[in-house]
Amino acid sequence: MMTLTHDPRPNDPRPVTEADLHAHVDRQLDPAREAEVLQYLATRPDEQARVQAWQQQNEALHRLLDPLLHEPVPPRLPAQLRSDLAEASQRLPWRSLAAGLAIALLSAASTWWARGSIDDERVRTAFIDGARSAQASQASTGDDLRGFARRAAVAHVVYSPDIRRPVEVGADEEQALVAWLSKRLGTQVRPPLLKAVGYELIGGRLLPGDSGPVAQFMYHDAIGQRMTLYVTREAPGGATTAFRFGRDGPVNVFYWVDRQVGYAISGGAERQELLRVAQEVHRQLAPG
Amino acid sequence: MRQEDESEIVAGIPHLRRYARGLTGDRERADDLVQDTLERTCSRFPLWQRRGALRAWMFGIMHNLFIDRVRARRSQPEDALDTELPEPPDRPTQTDGLELRDLDRVLARLPAEQREVLLLVGVEEMSYQDVARIVGVPIGTVMSRLSRARERLRAELQGGCEQPRIQRVK
Repeated sequence: MMTLTHDPRPNDPRPVTEADLHAHVDRQLDPAREAEVLQYLATRPDEQARVQAWQQQNEALHRLLDPLLHEPVPPRLPAQLRSDLAEASQRLPWRSLAAGLAIALLSAASTWWARGSIDDERVRTAFIDGARSAQASQASTGDDLRGFARRAAVAHVVYSPDIRRPVEVGADEEQALVAWLSKRLGTQVRPPLLKAVGYELIGGRLLPGDSGPVAQFMYHDAIGQRMTLYVTREAPGGATTAFRFGRDGPVNVFYWVDRQVGYAISGGAERQELLRVAQEVHRQLAPG
Repeated sequence: MRQEDESEIVAGIPHLRRYARGLTGDRERADDLVQDTLERTCSRFPLWQRRGALRAWMFGIMHNLFIDRVRARRSQPEDALDTELPEPPDRPTQTDGLELRDLDRVLARLPAEQREVLLLVGVEEMSYQDVARIVGVPIGTVMSRLSRARERLRAELQGGCEQPRIQRVK
């Protein structure tokens, strides 16, 4: 079912959109909306014709391609599968991790973490390996990330595309989130409010860092673009630093250290926009 | 890997072939794509960890491989002229005639991104959310690609078979 949110007012139906018409063709509307769309179409022969043409396209595509479903599969495919399976069963999961970086990490690390069935040490290794191989494969740009800032970027790449479970504890349980993260990190951690700069908290999770847990808070903007704030106590030297900027592929990162706590803001947004966010975070987190 | 996962992969092969055939417009290339998808499915299987449907995960792998190929071919200038034009359609002979051949041709001329969405929605009958996950774009982008694909198909198929339009429209 499509998650079009409908106006609850019964006497004021939402206008039928192009997306509704497609969802009607693809049978992805809930019954109430479907009825409204049908009613709309009844008085619009022009739209009806378009919708019908789309339905015929679907049918024709099935006639064109469905024969593939019913014909015998070429023998090379199952044969290949058998040898792949044999090979895969000999391989250790964390070996492929280093090779596959983002996609691999994306599928693996969060689940290991969530299930808790594999020790933190291994997840940590995966992160470090991933970071290393990314570093090896990327030409030096001068903006290279190191240390906790790189781990923040990797963690952003790993978790921000996760649609189902981007966070372990959602923003609706903010109190619990704050208590839990603060306890695990051994210091008071509270997600900053970033509404003023256009971001809303989704939630947070705990991640393995280099020498202990770190917190990741995830936010999104009005169009769903995600941004993460990474908070760690393993900042090198612990001295307070200025903002630094770096990038890792499409991910821009601003990071700094304030009283032995390292912060990193990662996102796909432009440098200027991230800087605004970083300044706001810094302002709110500065002890005052 | 558990026995049932293995059977689920095998059961998915015909669907992957159907999708790959729609994407590539060519049986050989389709089966190469399926083969690579199976290989990657196996090598990454330990990382799947039952998050979401296995079938959707495999389609996501195929999407990545397909887009890599499209990009690789775009970057080869000698091949650039007919990037979107497949070899002469090579379909099972028992399917109906000219209408489907036209559809095949128009489908092949759609931008790869639109073709993917059209096939995942129209043929694989996946939910818009699943398609968004597989293709890795927001749902709004899925809808606009779907809309453009369908309108273009409609416009190009309306003229019937009198307009073969072999040239690439650019």
